[in-house]
Amino acid sequence: MTRTPHEGFSLRRLRALCIKETKQILRDPSSLLIAVLLPVVLLFIFGFGISLDTNRLSLGIVLEDQGVEAQRFAAVAAGSPYITPRFARTRAELATPMAEGALRGLIVIPPDFGARLAAGDGSARIQVLTDGSEPNTANFVASYAQGLFESWLHARADARGLSADPPVSLEPRYWFNPSTESRNFLIPGSIAVVMTIIGALLTSLVVAREWERGTMEALLATPVRRAELLLSKALPYYGLGLIAMAVCVVIAVVLMHVPLRGSIAMLFVATSLFLGSVLGIGLLLSTLTRNQFNAALAALNAAFLPAVMLSGLIFEISSMPAFVQAVTLIVPARYFVTVMQTLFQAGDIAAILLPNLLFLLVSALFWLGLTARRTRMRLDG
Amino acid sequence: MAAGLAVSIRGLTHHYAGQGAEEHALDDVALSVDRGVITGLAGPDGAGKTTLMRLMAGLLKPVSGEIEVLGLDPLHAASELHLRVGYMPQKFGLYEDLTVMENLVLYADLRGVTGAARQAQFERLLDFTDLHRFTGRLAGKLSGGMKQKLGLACTLVGQPELLLLDEPGVGVDPISRRELWRMVQALAADGMAVVWATAYLEEAERCDALCLMNAGRVIFAGAPGEQIARMRGRSVLACDIRGNRRHFLRRALGLPGVIDGVIQGDAVRLVLAEGQAPPVAELGEDAPRIVPVEPRLEDAFIDLVGGGPDGRSALAGTLAEVALPDHVDPEAVIRAHDLTRRFGDFVATDHVSFSVRRGEIFGLLGPNGAGKSTTFRMMCGLLAPTSGEAQVMGIDLKHSAPEARQNLGYMAQKFSLYGNLGVERNLRFFAGIYGLSGRSRDRKVAQMLESFELDRYRRTQAGELPLGFKQRLSLACALMHEPPLLFLDEPTSGVDPVTRREFWSHINALVDRGVTVMVTTHFMDEAEYCDRIGLVYRGRLIAVGPPDDLKRQVADAALPDPTFEDAFIRLIERDDAARAAAGGVP
Repeated sequence: MTRTPHEGFSLRRLRALCIKETKQILRDPSSLLIAVLLPVVLLFIFGFGISLDTNRLSLGIVLEDQGVEAQRFAAVAAGSPYITPRFARTRAELATPMAEGALRGLIVIPPDFGARLAAGDGSARIQVLTDGSEPNTANFVASYAQGLFESWLHARADARGLSADPPVSLEPRYWFNPSTESRNFLIPGSIAVVMTIIGALLTSLVVAREWERGTMEALLATPVRRAELLLSKALPYYGLGLIAMAVCVVIAVVLMHVPLRGSIAMLFVATSLFLGSVLGIGLLLSTLTRNQFNAALAALNAAFLPAVMLSGLIFEISSMPAFVQAVTLIVPARYFVTVMQTLFQAGDIAAILLPNLLFLLVSALFWLGLTARRTRMRLDG
Repeated sequence: MAAGLAVSIRGLTHHYAGQGAEEHALDDVALSVDRGVITGLAGPDGAGKTTLMRLMAGLLKPVSGEIEVLGLDPLHAASELHLRVGYMPQKFGLYEDLTVMENLVLYADLRGVTGAARQAQFERLLDFTDLHRFTGRLAGKLSGGMKQKLGLACTLVGQPELLLLDEPGVGVDPISRRELWRMVQALAADGMAVVWATAYLEEAERCDALCLMNAGRVIFAGAPGEQIARMRGRSVLACDIRGNRRHFLRRALGLPGVIDGVIQGDAVRLVLAEGQAPPVAELGEDAPRIVPVEPRLEDAFIDLVGGGPDGRSALAGTLAEVALPDHVDPEAVIRAHDLTRRFGDFVATDHVSFSVRRGEIFGLLGPNGAGKSTTFRMMCGLLAPTSGEAQVMGIDLKHSAPEARQNLGYMAQKFSLYGNLGVERNLRFFAGIYGLSGRSRDRKVAQMLESFELDRYRRTQAGELPLGFKQRLSLACALMHEPPLLFLDEPTSGVDPVTRREFWSHINALVDRGVTVMVTTHFMDEAEYCDRIGLVYRGRLIAVGPPDDLKRQVADAALPDPTFEDAFIRLIERDDAARAAAGGVP
């Protein structure tokens, strides 16, 4: 018997599958929660809960010397807007609050401070004790102590009617984030985490769910093509990702007053490329495991954790061991975090964006291509 | 390929990745499927039915052999094949979060059925399946029978020439199964080629052509009637049995001329070896009437695989007689009184009362969703009743469930042992749970290994065991603490007939020692093993009595000798009618 020859790629089938997938998303409260509520919660956590700035650090000042210079140092400390000082005569008095963590560090003016200073041989010492269990805070303590020291030098010079002692002084100015608010770089970066959750975690479930519920077997027994099947999984979640991105941007700009200096068009291109990578990873894991639980766990480890830990969002990549730095090179979130931070804080800076976007493009093609290769139109193999 | 031939398979061999070449999923299988008839693909779980279906649907690549489906090579012409073949997998392939209509539309789009043709086909399919009223309902909210019809409708969109149905009757009540059968018959009459895979041999018996499989091989191909005719005169029913019919069965199975036997209500059905006359001399004294009956396909299956088990259970010698404490009424070791369970507005169990005697096998039978599992779970203390009482051994489960549970052994529907632990470790674990330790534990474990012939598998991971041995292990674990009560939830669904018989020989041995057994089942022939049946429908117990009594209740001039399935269906229909008459919504 004769039949009309079956066609190749069919838009009708793709559309039908996309509609089906979209309805499933809309009817499953958990996907909507993840797409809309989760960005809100995560952004608020990153925006208000986590801050890498340490305003008003609690510091103990131990004045073992009660001389003029030591008093002057104490006055400088008391007048500083950055620290809340607590004064004592001996270290023992402050040992307990230090151990409890109520004080982040101690600045000790030794008993012979005034005498050595008077000798003028450069042997005067100030001791700084910080809590090494929190390296970030410890760094702040060290640099605040340094700042106090410099203020004290100024105060001393003023008192003597001399110009400031050090001929050169450092005046750091932070470009792009003038007030150095960590929120301004944390929020754009955390949008990358939200995109990863939607792209990888949510899609890691969708192919596996079809295998588990036995619908994949029925689908494979229809004339559906590989490309149709893959696109029908990727497109609706791509749309969901764009919606979440819009939600994120509105929250960041309107509610959190994070400046957005780049263009929406560039943001769209970057988001699309990044979603390509994470959707690819999610679908690949789902395709390989055919099991929702395993796929979600794998996506957590392969996409979500690297996006948080290895993207430079929270931990500086340049301070990681060389081996880990090498690993970050294949983490798409690393490039996306850079792109997002650049777009929000600096604008469309081609020199930074292009190399990063190029990598995102390669990564998207790689993951989607691998998924297509590993998608089987049969139950075996 | 002949004009009438839809499928032709020769020398087909298949095994899955990770499976040794020795253990074939399919071993040198040949099959022909004609247009215009229903071809039954029958055999127990693991026989290779699903593998064969998937190979015909082009979903697997065979290791070797030839398959031609509608003149096509399923592997290389997959997309054309998928336009012309409708394949309904075991779970029906429905999207539960889409409505009936949305499911239909999806499959119509996928198969390229559009425009006026689509409207006409939908109209016809909805008529055919009687789903018109439910087009807006989510597929997940349909009953099992309606899901099955929708699955069929989705498969039929695009008017396939070949219809492959993989165990369409599983998990569906007998009424829906009969309806489905009539629909598929109509399709075949219109010229469609249909392959119907099933583990129920009575279903296979009704097919026009039959391919009987066991352990990856075809053991018979031809008309089912051939097998029935071959067995004629060898199937007999021993009636009016004096004394205990379970003892009678065991004795009969011990005779060399008897290859198989099952309890059927008050009687015992025997299958004789070829050329054997009924053993009147040996059994006549206890069974004055031994009459020939129409053979069944199952008789032929047992004959083809070399006969059933001998009915003896090694367990028998190891068991002590169950002694009841004085305060327990031997007429009611299990007792339900006005037992009710609600889930929100839904009444799953509705004022159910019954009691079970010591040493009785009591079966709860009913369609899916009728409430038999809910009732069963309340009786073994897994679920608290909303109102009413559930007692075992005189202990109220509401107040002292743990104490009551120490008295019962429970075998769950699904294999619920630790699949990655060895057989012996599973046994030791369960012995520990029931408080055995030291010597007594060692002794009990050794005894179980011996009684259930699990010795050679003692280090095998439980998950790797053949199905029959898994079943034995589950039973062994449930019996570890020698409970006076045994609760079995669908104990032998999907199990081959030989293993099922063997399982029941163990149960019979237990009952002989005074163990009381409560069982849920949807297998009609399993129900026949029970001393009494409680028929559960819509949460209520609509009939209670010995299987033969229930059959007699529905017998009339048109159907003088109803089967148990007939009884089941008629009693349910009567209940529906009574409700309708009482003004309730049917």
